[in-house]
Amino acid sequence: MKTNTYANGEMMRLEKVSKSFAANLVLDQVDFTMRAGSVIALAGENGAGKSTLMNVISGVHPRSAGEIYLRGKPVNFNNPRQAIEAGIAIIHQELNLLDELTVAENIFLGREPVGAMRIIDQARIERETQALLTRLKQGFSPGTRVGSLSIAQQQMVEVAKALSFDADVIIMDEPTDALSDVETATLFEIVSELKKEGRAIAFITHRLAEIFQICDRVAILRDGSLVHEGPTSEVTETELIRHMVGRELSHHYPYAPAVPGETRVSVNNLSGAGFNNVSFQARAGEVVGFSGLIGAGRTELAKAIYGANPIISGHLTVNGREISPRGPHDGVAAKIGYVAEDRKAEGLVQMHSLGSNITLGALQEMTGRAGLIDRQREKTVVDRFISLFGIKTQGADKPVDQLSGGNQQKVSIAKTLAAAPEILILDEPTRGVDVGAKREIYMLIQTLKEQGICVLLMSSDLPEILGISDRILVMSKGRLTGAFDHTTATQEAIMQAAVA
Amino acid sequence: MNVKKILIDNKSLVGLLLMMAVISVLSPNFLSVDNLLNILRQTSINAIIAVGMTYVILTAGIDLSVGSVLALAGAVCASMISADTPLLLAVVATLLIGGALGAANGVVVSLLGVQPFIATLVGMTILRGATLVYTGGRPISTGDFDVAESFYQIGGGYVGPIPVPVVVILLVFALFWVILNHTRFGRYVYAIGGNENVTRIAGIHVTRVKVLVYALSGMMAALAGMILTARLESAQPTAGIGYELDAIAAVVLGGTSLMGGRGTLVGTLIGALIIGVLNNALNLMDVSSYFQQIAKGSVILLAVVVDSRVKSSA
Ligand SMILES: Nc1ncnc2c1ncn2[C@@H]1O[C@H](COP(=O)(O)OP(=O)(O)OP(=O)(O)O)[C@@H](O)[C@H]1O
Ligand SMILES: [Mg+2]
Repeated sequence: MKTNTYANGEMMRLEKVSKSFAANLVLDQVDFTMRAGSVIALAGENGAGKSTLMNVISGVHPRSAGEIYLRGKPVNFNNPRQAIEAGIAIIHQELNLLDELTVAENIFLGREPVGAMRIIDQARIERETQALLTRLKQGFSPGTRVGSLSIAQQQMVEVAKALSFDADVIIMDEPTDALSDVETATLFEIVSELKKEGRAIAFITHRLAEIFQICDRVAILRDGSLVHEGPTSEVTETELIRHMVGRELSHHYPYAPAVPGETRVSVNNLSGAGFNNVSFQARAGEVVGFSGLIGAGRTELAKAIYGANPIISGHLTVNGREISPRGPHDGVAAKIGYVAEDRKAEGLVQMHSLGSNITLGALQEMTGRAGLIDRQREKTVVDRFISLFGIKTQGADKPVDQLSGGNQQKVSIAKTLAAAPEILILDEPTRGVDVGAKREIYMLIQTLKEQGICVLLMSSDLPEILGISDRILVMSKGRLTGAFDHTTATQEAIMQAAVA
Repeated sequence: MNVKKILIDNKSLVGLLLMMAVISVLSPNFLSVDNLLNILRQTSINAIIAVGMTYVILTAGIDLSVGSVLALAGAVCASMISADTPLLLAVVATLLIGGALGAANGVVVSLLGVQPFIATLVGMTILRGATLVYTGGRPISTGDFDVAESFYQIGGGYVGPIPVPVVVILLVFALFWVILNHTRFGRYVYAIGGNENVTRIAGIHVTRVKVLVYALSGMMAALAGMILTARLESAQPTAGIGYELDAIAAVVLGGTSLMGGRGTLVGTLIGALIIGVLNNALNLMDVSSYFQQIAKGSVILLAVVVDSRVKSSA
């Protein structure tokens, strides 16, 4: 019977797989099949169990119950290495690269080809890496230090690494959440090639349009149970959302035109690493969106305004006072809040609790006269954010690294908001966040705007930028190349400015 | 099940109690009140240094200079006492000197970006040299003025039956515990060790916190130096050699991670007691001082291995 299923083109089959962490049941008897030459989407809310399911398949976590068949044979992986050897490659949701090593060294880490006297065949790993990078249309060289690449570029290195295993089963856990449209298109070309080659692919994303673009089937998890599985052609986006969240969600972005107040941020001919001669103004009560391709300099600009990157020349005026921040503490002193794009390296202390992360930058307000932290007040703030964002956790004292990716992102935003900034810089704030929570974040931005907060929004998600920004500035190669109003902006015009 | 969890969560304490039980069987004198107070007194110097060291290690740093700071501060203090300096002034000045020396370490680490191991290794060497230069290689006696007699009480006095150094470590411990667990500064110490970059980007003055952490470590070393000097009524130029290792061992035995971000002061206190009890037992059992080092090293290794086993099985 098992060999039969393999003959059906079934590459991998999970039967009633369950997984719990301590007493927390995260996967509940899930059936899941991956077929050769087919892409299956895995969708669901943050914390539904998608990454956990993929980690069970790829040997990261042992399953608690159920069976897994690969090519018709039952398998038991005790560690990721065994899964890799069986032909399963996974691109994890969080980046797993070593900053200090080069691209090529990262890709071949632990399986470096060696020549005579066991000396690493450097030429070969560079050559093979170059071939992968060319296939992925990446301009940087195999010898580049990974730490100097942008998040999107690092993500493409992860893709290259997964490809290098030449695996039959390929799992991609939210590979597009840090990519812009251009890189995403490249990735999709690769996915179709892999499909033609007869590989079985699982694809996780919170961008529902992508499911209809490249996936043949879609499976939906809710609270650890499989609630839907079927061909993509037989469902609509509305139905998907209903399966995921159990209710209907409006497609419309919450948006009301701004009533801008006084100028909060004024940037004049500002230059720094990654951007040049940028000038713009942003006022209280408006959302200014920044669009552009990866590497356009948006993150660098955001960091320079906040004080995390040095300013080389130009003027930065915040709340009517010119400042030249020497570090993020100066940005914070000027009432600027910054949600980092890279939540793992810049946003959250992974090993510490949710609660202590949320209040890290806001302890000043919670400190009493004797210099002691008011635990009660702290708890109130933490609980408020947990319920505001619907952060899925077993408790405020749980370490962040036990949260699902999307929930970590929510903690990262909460951490910045807890300090009550007047100017809020959001760098890819909805990265990895599910449809429902995205809406919550958009509504929150709308509310903050009405309260007179000045919001600078950097995002690679064009519909999102178009949906909630009052004004849109486009950057290309470190310069501002376009400025649009909410009413006049179009996808085409922005794209044109972005490649200018 | 629950009992197991309690045992695992308090494994340093369980280890200490087990060790005490075994020793009390081997050596009946061990459990006498006099001997126990003696252990506390002997432990107090290491415990004081280890409390400061805990802060440093929590930030993912290390302070190898404590032994040299102890010696230099002790020497300066001894000459102040021998010159009839008022007690309070001498004590405060010595603490400030220790703090300043520690802060210098902190500046090298956080402003010049030198690895803590190297920075404080250099500090240890230079300050030992400075101590030898300052003392001319000879002990400095605390002298014969009246102030020397009151100074002696810091190291050799008693409050009721309790030795003064024990009272000192209890006060220091309480103060440092409150700071670490209930103030912003304490939170930042943990956060820096957890992820320094994240902490910096959250707008926290990482440099300032780190300089202060090393300053506190220096100050505790100076306090320990004072107690030692007081008790011996003289400062030895070679005092404190190797003390950094006992302090680091106490911190690690107490479950604090050398990678930073994780650990407790209570653990450190227990760690210091483990070392103190072990030293005392080896003495009671007349083990030669050569063998003592081997025994001590083995026990520390055993404890750390058991600790990491328990951690990975939990
Ligand atoms: N190592 C762990 N220890 C304890 N709980 C965990 C661990 N990893 C995941 N969990 C819990 O399992 C649940 C499912 O997490 P998972 O990462 O699979 O979600 P996900 O569907 O991938 O969500 P997202 O869309 O946010 O990435 C979450 O509630 C999470 O807190
Ligand atoms: Mg996930």
